[in-house]
Amino acid sequence: MNTIRINEKEYAVNIDKEMPLLWFLRDHVGLTGTKYGCGVAQCGACVVHLDGEAVRSCVTKIKRAVGKRVTTIEGLSEHGDHPLQLAWKDVDVPQCGYCHAGQIMSAAVLLRELPDPTDQDIDDAMTGNICRCGTYSRIRKAIHRAAELQKQKI
Amino acid sequence: MELYQENKKLRPRRIPITLSVIALFLIGIVSAFSDDVSHSADVDAGTGFKEDSLKSVIAFKKVYEVLQSPRCMNCHPKGDIPLQGDQNKLHAMFPKRGADGKGILTMKCANCHQTENTVGLKTPPGSPEWHLPPANMKMVFQGRSPHELAKQLVDPKQNGNKDLKALIAHADDGLVKWGWNPGEGRTLPPISHAEFKEAWITWLTKGAYAPGK
Repeated sequence: MNTIRINEKEYAVNIDKEMPLLWFLRDHVGLTGTKYGCGVAQCGACVVHLDGEAVRSCVTKIKRAVGKRVTTIEGLSEHGDHPLQLAWKDVDVPQCGYCHAGQIMSAAVLLRELPDPTDQDIDDAMTGNICRCGTYSRIRKAIHRAAELQKQKI
Repeated sequence: MELYQENKKLRPRRIPITLSVIALFLIGIVSAFSDDVSHSADVDAGTGFKEDSLKSVIAFKKVYEVLQSPRCMNCHPKGDIPLQGDQNKLHAMFPKRGADGKGILTMKCANCHQTENTVGLKTPPGSPEWHLPPANMKMVFQGRSPHELAKQLVDPKQNGNKDLKALIAHADDGLVKWGWNPGEGRTLPPISHAEFKEAWITWLTKGAYAPGK
């Protein structure tokens, strides 16, 4: 049977494998934290982790995810206490909030790869996540804050 | 009359001078087509192909036009950001090449580009192994003259360590062939893949001559 492991839980896939992963997550699994933004991989609102990579679920077909691990914003931490989630609250990053699930999921990959990123690292990694409210300076501040929290946790 | 005599005396000398001028002219023509022609020894060694600088250079003209088309050049930029569209603009979001040519951190090529074109206009094109050349061998097409590009293509230190056989096989590489199946709304290279392949192989097997500077 074809399955996808989403947030550490196995889900059977009994639908058209050409469907975008985003629709499966939202409409079939009920995980609506991941948002639909542009539908063409231009904005980053739909970023989830596929085997640890920050893929855009609006253009990633289910057939690519079968047999793999997917993590959504709901599964980033058990109690909403990932350093990024805490830092996002500390800095009060969101305005409308629509893009922030994608922002945080991208930032999580950045912090995993570069635990102490520079401003340039943050710009390079977050350049594909658009925020129409323009919260970029707070996003950068929160990523630095999360890096500190992550170090303290260790 | 005196002048006529003098001219007559000069005539025997003119023949060798004229021949020399013709010879120099012919040498000029050949070198115009094959200036430093410099086909790489690594490429033609022991291949058994009969070289022909003129046919080689003529074939390369077609090859060059294809390699300078957006479908090829956009992923062979002079900088570390790929290009987009028929105007060769910098790729939206400015994704960076990365050491392996597959992007960095959250901005890996495959995070958006699938193994096939995404359906619809303005959607990410795709092919298995979508990538730029790696950082340690950028294989730049953008801004290269025909002479420079021809020399670069046959230099194993700049072409991904490819010998003649590997270069010929590269015409059928999946990412190369994607250029003729680029997805909705994208222009094709100026000639068909079959014509390109023929020109590519002709250029290589006739000596991989570089056009003049």
